[in-house]
Amino acid sequence: MEAQSTYNYKVVRQFAIMTVVWGIVGMLVGVVIAAQLIWPNLNFEPWLTYGRLRPLHTNAVIFAFGGSALFASAYYIVQRTCHARLFSDKLAAFTFWGWQLVILAAAITLPLGITTGKEYAELEWPIDILITLVWVAYAVVFFGTILKRKTPHIYVANWFFGAFILAIALLHIVNSAELPVSLWKSYSAYAGVQDAMVEWWYGHNAVGFFLTAGFLGMMYYFVPKQAGRPVYSYRLSVVHFWALIFTYMWAGPHHLEYTALPDWAQSLGMVFSLILLAPSWGGMINGIMTLSGAWGKLRTDPILKFLVTSLSFYGMSTFEGPMMSIKTVNALSHYTEWVIGHVHSGALGWVAMITIGSMYYLIPRLFGRESMYSVKLITVHFWVATIGVVLYIVALWIAGVAEGLMWRASNPDGTLVYSFAEVVKAMYPFYTIRLVGGLMFFGGMLIMAYNTWKTVAGQKPVEALIPAAVHA
Amino acid sequence: MEILYLLIPLSLVLVFLIAAVFWWAVKSGQFDDLEGPAYRILMDDDSPVASRPEGDGKGAVEQKVDLDQGI
Repeated sequence: MEAQSTYNYKVVRQFAIMTVVWGIVGMLVGVVIAAQLIWPNLNFEPWLTYGRLRPLHTNAVIFAFGGSALFASAYYIVQRTCHARLFSDKLAAFTFWGWQLVILAAAITLPLGITTGKEYAELEWPIDILITLVWVAYAVVFFGTILKRKTPHIYVANWFFGAFILAIALLHIVNSAELPVSLWKSYSAYAGVQDAMVEWWYGHNAVGFFLTAGFLGMMYYFVPKQAGRPVYSYRLSVVHFWALIFTYMWAGPHHLEYTALPDWAQSLGMVFSLILLAPSWGGMINGIMTLSGAWGKLRTDPILKFLVTSLSFYGMSTFEGPMMSIKTVNALSHYTEWVIGHVHSGALGWVAMITIGSMYYLIPRLFGRESMYSVKLITVHFWVATIGVVLYIVALWIAGVAEGLMWRASNPDGTLVYSFAEVVKAMYPFYTIRLVGGLMFFGGMLIMAYNTWKTVAGQKPVEALIPAAVHA
Repeated sequence: MEILYLLIPLSLVLVFLIAAVFWWAVKSGQFDDLEGPAYRILMDDDSPVASRPEGDGKGAVEQKVDLDQGI
């Protein structure tokens, strides 16, 4: 046992650095497509059109940026809380290089127009197989480490990561069932409304388990660690976990309201979405209240600012989501810019901000520094990013509600008041504000990249020792 | 909506699996102490300096082990 006396920080370092890199790439593509909506001339056919870049943006930010952050933090947290080195260094290295290969393949195939056409699952079947292999290796490394743990208790963050890994495996396999007809073309195993149902069963649960459960794992570790205080209620965190995973699976149909999906299935999706408010807010309050009695730290610690702000956005978007799933609200909000605003309040406000805060905590520890190169730059990053998100969301709220109202406005004789093009024209000012917000958030990532470079350049990688287990 | 013949049974199987894991967790004493684990992660000193054996980390480690034995 003494031969393995250090943690595997190498793979954590690799994923942590790539989180910053892919964050910049993914958000840059986001900025480009936001600009394309304002200036259509920026569509360069055939590879760099909105239709091909948009899936590249979503794949890059969710799976490359978010995915790398999840790998890094899950590997770090599972080792630190289990007092055990990763189950297999080789498999862990395979997950890193395999995942980078998936991202590279996505970056090549999507602009070439090679796509399944399923949202958030656009990658074609050979890449789907590679994802499956990497994911199985991830599960083996993660659960293998849990099994060889030296601490009797499994910390709550690991439960969230474990659920995230298993759920994504199931979702990916069911949704990606497809029949290949050539190397780069396949057809879904399902058709029509069946396919739509599977797609959104997958799509929403991917939000729930990839973008929520995994990042909650991050939250339950890095918020207490950075605050230097135990989580407000550990009991509540356990309840949060079980309530969330027992009730999550059936919220998906809310993406298909007023479609060919049977009405009862739509209502079912709405009811489950409403139920989700309870565990979500339980977790949000639990995270924020961790700071109770130490609110002063928020004034001086920009990493805590990131973490607590991300929780506020988590609370906001988990209120907004169930509200938008109510059928009468959905009749207005569906297909409008409001949906994109909602997604980004979750994606930028919650996912990106908790990630950024966690990486600022993690990176110095992986490279043997007391803290990041410049704490002031973290503060600058925080304000630039926060103002950017707020501009983004508010612009799209107004745009979305206006869009919904203009679409449904009708004259006394039943004809529509506005043509579709008129509504598009009304969107321009809001698209511009959204681009400014996006640019600010992207600028914040550049600040982070500079700060990270200055922190890690010339530093020796840390080999952290595992505390010796003393058995009575 | 034949797809529901796949998705609903899948959900039911999943709920039973989750329930089984929950049952295991309760029976194996995972939730016997719902205060200590929150403090234990704070005692794990992961600052780069303290993680060396002669650093401040040692005291924290010993304390942590004491807590583990208490379970």
